[in-house]
Amino acid sequence: MATLDSKIPEGPLETKWSGYKASVPLVNPANKRSLEIIVVGSGLAGSSAAASLAEMGYKVKVFCFQDSARRAHSIAAQGGINAAKNYQNDGDSTYRLFYDTIKGGDYRAREGNVYRLAEVSAAIIDQCVAQGVPFAREYGGMLSNRSFGGTQVQRTFYAAGQTGQQLLLGAYSALQRQVGLGTVQSFTRHEMLDVVTVDGKAKGIIARDLVTGKLERHSGHAVLLCTGGYGNVFFLSTNAMGSNVTAAWKAHRKGAYFGNPCFTQIHPTCIPVTGDHQSKLTLMSESLRNDGRIWVPKQKDDPRKAKDIPEDERDYYLERRYPAFGNLVPRDVASRAAKERCDAGYGVGTSKMAVYLDFAAAIERYGKQQANKIGEANASKDRILALGKEVVKEKYGNLFDMYAKITDENPYEMPMRIYPAVHYTMGGLWVDYNLMTTVPGLYALGEANFSDHGANRLGASALMQGLADGYFVIPYTIGAYLSSQIKDKALPTDHEAFVEAEKNAQETIDKLLSIKGTKSVDHFHKRLGKIMWDKCGMARNAQGLKEAAAEIRQLREEFWKEVRVLGGANEFNPELEKAGRVADFLELGELMCLDALNRNESCGGHFREEFQTEDGEAQRDDENYMYAACWEFKPGVNFELHKEELKYERIKVSARSYK
Amino acid sequence: MNLTLKVWRQKNASDKGSFSTYQVHDISPDMSFLEMFDVLNERLIEKNEEPIAFDHDCREGICGMCSMHINGRAHGPWQGTTTCQLHMRAFKDGDTITVEPWRAKAFPVIKDLVVDRTAFDKIQSAGGFVSVNTGNAQDANCLPVPKTDADASFAAAACIGCGACVAACKNSSAMLFVSAKVSQYALLPQGQAERTDRVLNMVKEMDEQGFGNCTNTGSCEAECPKEISLENIARMNREYMMASLKK
Repeated sequence: MATLDSKIPEGPLETKWSGYKASVPLVNPANKRSLEIIVVGSGLAGSSAAASLAEMGYKVKVFCFQDSARRAHSIAAQGGINAAKNYQNDGDSTYRLFYDTIKGGDYRAREGNVYRLAEVSAAIIDQCVAQGVPFAREYGGMLSNRSFGGTQVQRTFYAAGQTGQQLLLGAYSALQRQVGLGTVQSFTRHEMLDVVTVDGKAKGIIARDLVTGKLERHSGHAVLLCTGGYGNVFFLSTNAMGSNVTAAWKAHRKGAYFGNPCFTQIHPTCIPVTGDHQSKLTLMSESLRNDGRIWVPKQKDDPRKAKDIPEDERDYYLERRYPAFGNLVPRDVASRAAKERCDAGYGVGTSKMAVYLDFAAAIERYGKQQANKIGEANASKDRILALGKEVVKEKYGNLFDMYAKITDENPYEMPMRIYPAVHYTMGGLWVDYNLMTTVPGLYALGEANFSDHGANRLGASALMQGLADGYFVIPYTIGAYLSSQIKDKALPTDHEAFVEAEKNAQETIDKLLSIKGTKSVDHFHKRLGKIMWDKCGMARNAQGLKEAAAEIRQLREEFWKEVRVLGGANEFNPELEKAGRVADFLELGELMCLDALNRNESCGGHFREEFQTEDGEAQRDDENYMYAACWEFKPGVNFELHKEELKYERIKVSARSYK
Repeated sequence: MNLTLKVWRQKNASDKGSFSTYQVHDISPDMSFLEMFDVLNERLIEKNEEPIAFDHDCREGICGMCSMHINGRAHGPWQGTTTCQLHMRAFKDGDTITVEPWRAKAFPVIKDLVVDRTAFDKIQSAGGFVSVNTGNAQDANCLPVPKTDADASFAAAACIGCGACVAACKNSSAMLFVSAKVSQYALLPQGQAERTDRVLNMVKEMDEQGFGNCTNTGSCEAECPKEISLENIARMNREYMMASLKK
């Protein structure tokens, strides 16, 4: 059994990371040149890690399934990135960002990791600005900030509604610079199908060239999985179509423990589902809650249009229930509140499974400010609204356009209709302070690991964590391991471990193609998604979870008998890619249900109906569940639970309240 | 809606390729164009026919992966919209829709509607960056950038690298793509140190990758899903002239 030592450095919280950096073993420049690092995934974590490690002198190979590293799904992040810069002089500090993140995660994340994250956050902004990332600025030329959920300071840096795009293009530019210099080899349209291990250590990967279908062997002294989250297990999510768990799952099958798999983030503000044809859901950024007010009619099944419902007949339920944070409560809280209103019959729209996100007040407020600014104090109402719409357009224009294209409604004139949707997974591969999994030499960065967000992630913290891991953590922590590997040559690719792993990958492909069943891959994926959403979604209970686990096992059996995958192995074959990914989701889904069933408490995004307070808030059980659940894969798709106890030395653990 | 689709099918790079005609029924106007393709592919699989390969990922109009030429227009009929954000209400019941891959020498077809755009990555590697290693940065607010410059830089940086500009251009020129990247850095103080080399190297690589010349037809700007402005090409031409004189 692998040990679960989090390797958090000794000493006071504030000096753990600096002390670690001062004492971690180093690898000298000559040795770096002979050490090879494999990076799987090219999002914020992968691109920033690959570029930074190559700059240091390591030989790096980076793999992504898309046609370019720039397309990784980090690109779609909208609202912003947190950093404890305190540029607004509003009392922000490393400690506050640390505290907000631990509290936001409902006391289920490690203090040491989170403090380090908060500590390096400021340097991320410096690095990105130096790269030429065009963040939003004030007229004086200084960087602009906005607010995000779960905080009372303005610490979110942004680039309109395209922050992820700009940050990723910054990391991508650094990566492509290294590719041009020959220090990074880029393998696009490649998918990792297995980790190669020798004596329990990661020594390389098997990857499939998605254009030719050929399986390739790549050896490395370390393997970094920066492959994102697994929200697509729900079929419908805000993830990209190709986002998948395969790399992480293959690692799990090779001995890497999976941490807190049931911790899923359901984002409150997404465009609602309209029909069975839907292939994905689209997020409307949390930044909209800076200015948008969320409400439903006070009257059930109110037939009137939103604008015909007078102010006193509207229920601004977040402002009512959570006066201190109002519309900016964290995502899990806002999502549950929306579900509660809709389940109680107050939902709007044809499906009645939506609430309003309304900008009328913000448009008027901004319009008045703008009119004063340009010397039109007596502007007419129409003029004020026109000016206000301009301001809102500048802040959120791309989001409003996207909403209009998808729904055929104009959000400048009528409130948006929104509903929660699967967005992010806090769970992931278990890692220690070095970001190393339970398999030596195998690391997980960014959303792919479980480490920093506990049971709920705060908005604008995913970009922060991805870049923190890639730019500022792994470049230091990887030395702790690689310094002991300098004597070892890269594993020859004709080694039996490579032969065996490639044979297994080939057999899976051959099996998928040989079933020649009657139902498409999507058919199974949709059924899995429905089970997960209904029974392991926003609200869960023991009975539903037991049923779901059994149903998923059955569905998995059916998949391996009835799936139809057309085309061949040795060609570009997107259906085959999808089939392999859904096969892995069909195992992960069961583990998520088991994890949710095991955790007899409600915390953050994990809401067990049996465990709630009288007013419907999540009720934690710190006595019995203050641990990270770490699951070990056992043959025959079985799982064994190990626990990492969480110790809070600095923060006083208390009930999480945003009232 | 019921529609007739004429779709380019090509087994691989060496296959000649041709159009195949498909009928699709019961298409909802609320579907995206790619969801309509999902429906078609599901029906093809039912009939044991190989589904149509097409590139797509985020389906939010930001990753730049989708790349269909629809009725002779890159990303189809809607202004400033990627294929994944194009919705079927743009079409009428009974329409015939022709769908092709991007056509350009520098973007060879991989299969059906999927093309190889690695030429763009190579141009980026030739100079689309600021040479700053991780850990070397000063405090971000030590470098004030006037809002108008930052906004103009951002507008150029909004390019998603999809290649629609190349596909729309009769010369298969990549000038809009390259000029957007050159402009992003030329407009910022961070980009000044490498300003001269950047434009020379990126243009050289663009030519080597087999993209055509710019003859100012403006079709790239007209079809760009992110509405990247032609002004960027004018700016790059100035940058190139100045850089050539310096060298």
